Amino acid sequence: MLVIDMAAELENVKILSTELARKFRPWIVISVDFFEPQYELKRSVFQDMNLDNQERWISQQSGVSDQFPVVSIRVLVVDDDRTCLMILDKMLRICHYKVTKCQQAEVALSMLRENKGGFDIVISDIHMPNMDGFELLKHIGLEMDLPVILMSVDEGQALKSVTHGACDYLTKPIRIESIKKIWQHVVRKRRNELKDLKKLGSVEDGDLHRKPSEVEYASLANEGNSRHSKKRKDEEDEGEERNDTSTLKKPRVVWSAELHQQFVTAVNRLGLDKAVPKKILEFMNVPGLTRENVASHLQKYRLYIRRPSGVSQNQSGLSTPFMDPQEANYGVMASLGRLDLQATYVQGQVLPRSLMTPQAGGFGRLTTNSGIGMPFTDQRNLFSSQILKLRSGEEQQLRNSSNQMNLLQGLPTNMEPKQLSHLHQSVQSFRSLGLQVSHGASDLPSSSMSLRTSSSAHVDSIYENQSSSLRMQMAQSRLKGQILNGITGDHASGLPSVNPVLGKNGTIINGATYIPISQDSEMINFPMAHVLEFPRNGFPLEGTQEVSTLTSTGVFQAGENSEMKGWRGFAPNYDILNEFCQGKPQELELQNVGLTVEMFQNSNSEQGNLDFLPSVLGHQGFTSSEKNGQNKNTSDVCKAVVSLMEGNEHMNAENITQCYNHLLVDNSFRVKDECLPDRSGKTVILAEHFGGDDLMSALFKQVSFSSLPWLQFFLPKLYLWIMIFGG
Amino acid sequence: MEGSHLQRQMACMRKSLFDQGFLDEQFIQLEELQDDANPNFVEEVVTLFYRDSTRLILNVDQALEKVPLDFTKLDNYMHQFKGSSSSIGAAKVKNECTQFKECCKAGNAEGCMRSFQQVKKEHAALRKKLEAYFQLARQAGTGETASRSK
Repeated sequence: MLVIDMAAELENVKILSTELARKFRPWIVISVDFFEPQYELKRSVFQDMNLDNQERWISQQSGVSDQFPVVSIRVLVVDDDRTCLMILDKMLRICHYKVTKCQQAEVALSMLRENKGGFDIVISDIHMPNMDGFELLKHIGLEMDLPVILMSVDEGQALKSVTHGACDYLTKPIRIESIKKIWQHVVRKRRNELKDLKKLGSVEDGDLHRKPSEVEYASLANEGNSRHSKKRKDEEDEGEERNDTSTLKKPRVVWSAELHQQFVTAVNRLGLDKAVPKKILEFMNVPGLTRENVASHLQKYRLYIRRPSGVSQNQSGLSTPFMDPQEANYGVMASLGRLDLQATYVQGQVLPRSLMTPQAGGFGRLTTNSGIGMPFTDQRNLFSSQILKLRSGEEQQLRNSSNQMNLLQGLPTNMEPKQLSHLHQSVQSFRSLGLQVSHGASDLPSSSMSLRTSSSAHVDSIYENQSSSLRMQMAQSRLKGQILNGITGDHASGLPSVNPVLGKNGTIINGATYIPISQDSEMINFPMAHVLEFPRNGFPLEGTQEVSTLTSTGVFQAGENSEMKGWRGFAPNYDILNEFCQGKPQELELQNVGLTVEMFQNSNSEQGNLDFLPSVLGHQGFTSSEKNGQNKNTSDVCKAVVSLMEGNEHMNAENITQCYNHLLVDNSFRVKDECLPDRSGKTVILAEHFGGDDLMSALFKQVSFSSLPWLQFFLPKLYLWIMIFGG
Repeated sequence: MEGSHLQRQMACMRKSLFDQGFLDEQFIQLEELQDDANPNFVEEVVTLFYRDSTRLILNVDQALEKVPLDFTKLDNYMHQFKGSSSSIGAAKVKNECTQFKECCKAGNAEGCMRSFQQVKKEHAALRKKLEAYFQLARQAGTGETASRSK
């Protein structure tokens, strides 16, 4: 695994990515932002690390290879079969992992004990003489708590492995693609740990040094998230205050297995229909638990149980999404990440639906307490959590396809509990705002809404929005990585993978961007509605025209109607998108990529903070809009997204932008704004300016709500929203 | 040139191994792992496989002589055999291993005997073919990379 430090010069990163891409072909180079967390490693966190890790971190910072500090995940492989061991060793080395081989579980265990912190992940065969894989798994879980992947020739061991606590299961013969993805488990676990630490209040940083992302698109998403979560951590307090409303400030409640069990017992006793938070609270009789906590948990639970049964086998270690949100998240994320990775490798066969699902699932899992590592800002995090919640509903539907699940793995990992809670809170506030929105809606919404099969039924639209924003953010981080990867272009499936991710991300991003705005939209009701819609639009980007049409139409209409269902529609968008998205993601991807670059360039000149993601989205929107007026709306939306993104992460944006600028394929930026429904003057403006610098300036001129302190973060997004929706 | 002739021969042999079902896609995975750092990776892995599996076959033969048969033990042996043979892409050997495991599960002693004979047969046949293949590869001078690049 090769991780490139984001802090390194972007130029170099760009070059390196290309070279690496060429050299390793299917293994594209990583996302730029992967490394960032390292540099942002807070002192407190650093001090908390043991000496080994500190040294390692330092040496990593100082640069291990060439121009960039490289971090490698240290893998311990245990298998009594020497042939397999040799093959795995080689595969891991090729993927740039640091490998230690071992033929016996006992030896492995002693190695782990002697060298605590010396390994990041363990891959073990199940059938071994003396101590078998399950026993080893148990010991490792108790003593070191490292992620463990089990493997066997027997395919039927998957479920057992996962229920015993393995974070993944591989069937022999092992393919190198599976090996490439194992870093995700490490990242996820770290993120979990970090969250736990944070919860304990001992860690301020969002992320401990994240493990290098895999040379894959998906990894980018993860990394972005981790980085984001780091940032989020920093901004958390501030963000919290800024966004603070009565609903935002909430003590975090960790829904542990025990607590959840009590909750479930209470609900079952009362009967799901009759289970009201107050009664549940009384039943549970847990000191310190508020009715609000229970209410939000109940909501998630309701979504959860509505999902079609069955946990994707790709998910690892996920007991129930409601148990430990963090864990769940990770589980989901893991699966999603896997999904994501797989998506990248699916030659041009990105399944939007599948992609969507995992995300949704991942998101849904997150509880208010789980922070979502948002790559960009705190606010994003806020939304992410919402999205996550929203997603849970959708997740069910999507979950069914295990393949697909893998695709999105990368996304959820970015989430952090804290962010989720923020998001949750913001969602709530948003919700109230949303209700106020009412615009003459078009008729579409129902159709798009109806597309949404399940979950959305009573999903809070706000949540949906949030999830979309969350997704967006995740998408963004992913996007970065993907874009970088995709650009190299050597990988045949690169583009498609980028696309799907983008599509997903794009939609997410769209959603995400929108969401923040919506929250801000206390001031702007109109945008909120639009915001909701927007994410939908985002979807089309990813998919075919029809999709975009559908989504955009639906989105707009939904927004305009300012009905809750409109909000809900957001989530369905994914479904819709999935359904429709049979187009050529590759094309779109490319286009998106191009757009991203363009956007960045444009925005950079203006502000330098443009998030490439939006541009990508915008691009997509454009390409689709060419064919479809409604798509244009989407693209506009995308643009809006871009603008929004711009405002947020200066550093990231710049870095990313630069990278992207270099890396992005040179696609023409086809901005067509005819289609943008002219719901309001603002919308039109957006369309007009979208082409470049003007857009941003226009956007910023538009927005003048500086009154709300937390608006600062959302301001750009807000503008975007306004612009786009013409609110 | 002789080199290219050998390479063509090698490619031909390789193709027939796949066509006849001796090797499957996993073998290609192995070939892809071969690089400058390990220019003879595939051959090394196969050699290792045969070394270990020969020992395993001996163990199974011994276990098959015991009466009554310890099916669990046999199953474990076969599990390992199956694992390593599938890792190198030895398709036919792997299939025979599966057959053997079925017999073990069914407690079919005679079936075990018979299927194990098959395992040994396929194991030996593949070995011969691969040995010839690697020899050719060495002669061709470029090893599998040449055939792989085709």
